[in-house]
Amino acid sequence: MCLAIPGKIIELDKKKQNATVDYGSGTKRKANVSLVEVKIGDYVLVHAGFAIQVLDEKEAQETLTLFKEMLSQGE
Amino acid sequence: MIVFSLRDKQLADDIISQLKKSRLHLRFMHVCGTHQDTLVKHGLDVLLQNCGVEIGQGPGCPVCVTTPKEIEEILLLAKHGKTIATFGDMTRVPGATSSLHQMKTEGCDVRTVYSIEDALLLAESNKDKEVVFMAVGFETTAPTTASVILQGPPVNFSVLCCHRLIPPALQAIVEMGELKIDGFIEPGHVSTIIGTKPYEFISGKYQIPQVIAGFEPLDLLMGVWMLVRQIQQGTAEVENEYVRAVKPQGNRKAQQVLTDVFKPVDVKWRGFPIISQSGLWLRKKYADYDARLKYKDELQMISEEEFAEPAGCLCGEVLRGLISSKHCPLFGRECTPETPVGPCMVSSEGNCHIQYRYAKK
Repeated sequence: MCLAIPGKIIELDKKKQNATVDYGSGTKRKANVSLVEVKIGDYVLVHAGFAIQVLDEKEAQETLTLFKEMLSQGE
Repeated sequence: MIVFSLRDKQLADDIISQLKKSRLHLRFMHVCGTHQDTLVKHGLDVLLQNCGVEIGQGPGCPVCVTTPKEIEEILLLAKHGKTIATFGDMTRVPGATSSLHQMKTEGCDVRTVYSIEDALLLAESNKDKEVVFMAVGFETTAPTTASVILQGPPVNFSVLCCHRLIPPALQAIVEMGELKIDGFIEPGHVSTIIGTKPYEFISGKYQIPQVIAGFEPLDLLMGVWMLVRQIQQGTAEVENEYVRAVKPQGNRKAQQVLTDVFKPVDVKWRGFPIISQSGLWLRKKYADYDARLKYKDELQMISEEEFAEPAGCLCGEVLRGLISSKHCPLFGRECTPETPVGPCMVSSEGNCHIQYRYAKK
């Protein structure tokens, strides 16, 4: 129910209300983006037809690096 | 793509090996069907059990926590000729004598939708039909309902509001005291909306560590490891493992539409007594879209009635984390995904359904 799928914004209407989101493997669908601030190229999480948050890949990589450091300190 | 780094087997092995060395005896709870799916699908629940960490699902499945009364409300509206639109899992939840799915086979107009926007489209293109959207879901889903209400839908559209909030349910679980919980894994997608702050009172008041986690296997293992670290260091705070999607402040735009459209109300959850300020109903200003007010006369006959859970069904105990689905005498016998007795076997986010799908076979 709270499942949200990540995808990339490839088209955005002028009012920034609706976008086309590319989920990879050729799957593209319209999503309502009125709940987030987005631009073309952003990765978003889409839940029940609405983008609910913009994803930050840099943050994800940093978390992993940081986590590996924390884990090595725990040994 | 980041998802591949989050399936790093070596890192998973390192975490498990550290947890094993710590000789733990802990019980954690999460409140999300998608977390449960990841845990059972990848066998992490068993792996963690072998490290001394029991991790189970609480009331984290919106379809499962809808009450028998809410099911009767929507069934009655279907019977009165309304066009019912809702998410797929909802249609198969059994009521006292029927389900939306069964009523559809008997000629009622029941539509499965992917988004509330599909229900809106249905109302816009069928002005002769009274379309009622059964709105279930936590903070992740409620902004989508609010957003459509703010668009000013046509007069033949209304909402049976069954949205619920996670933090009051966490408090209810702790206050009921049936289970000692050493830490909460908090739901990543609810948290994209609400951020980290609404959980803080749980750690402050009850000294329970919390970690917001994502949905990849490594997200959950890192989440568990972070909870264990808090316990070992004697701290209790809200940490965020899912930083790629959850900002500390959450999604302010979504929070604003929630505040504009809904008021928090005291509601029952399946298996729970009334939980204070845990439900969201439409504000007075949007009363025209409130199916409970719009169809007050049709719903009158059940307005004072209370409905019991199906005979023998232990969904309430499963949702409070007291028993594992497999300990319910109906599990896999009378109650299967094809013949569900309770909602936890219907919903793909329900613990019984997940256990049946991955663990039974």
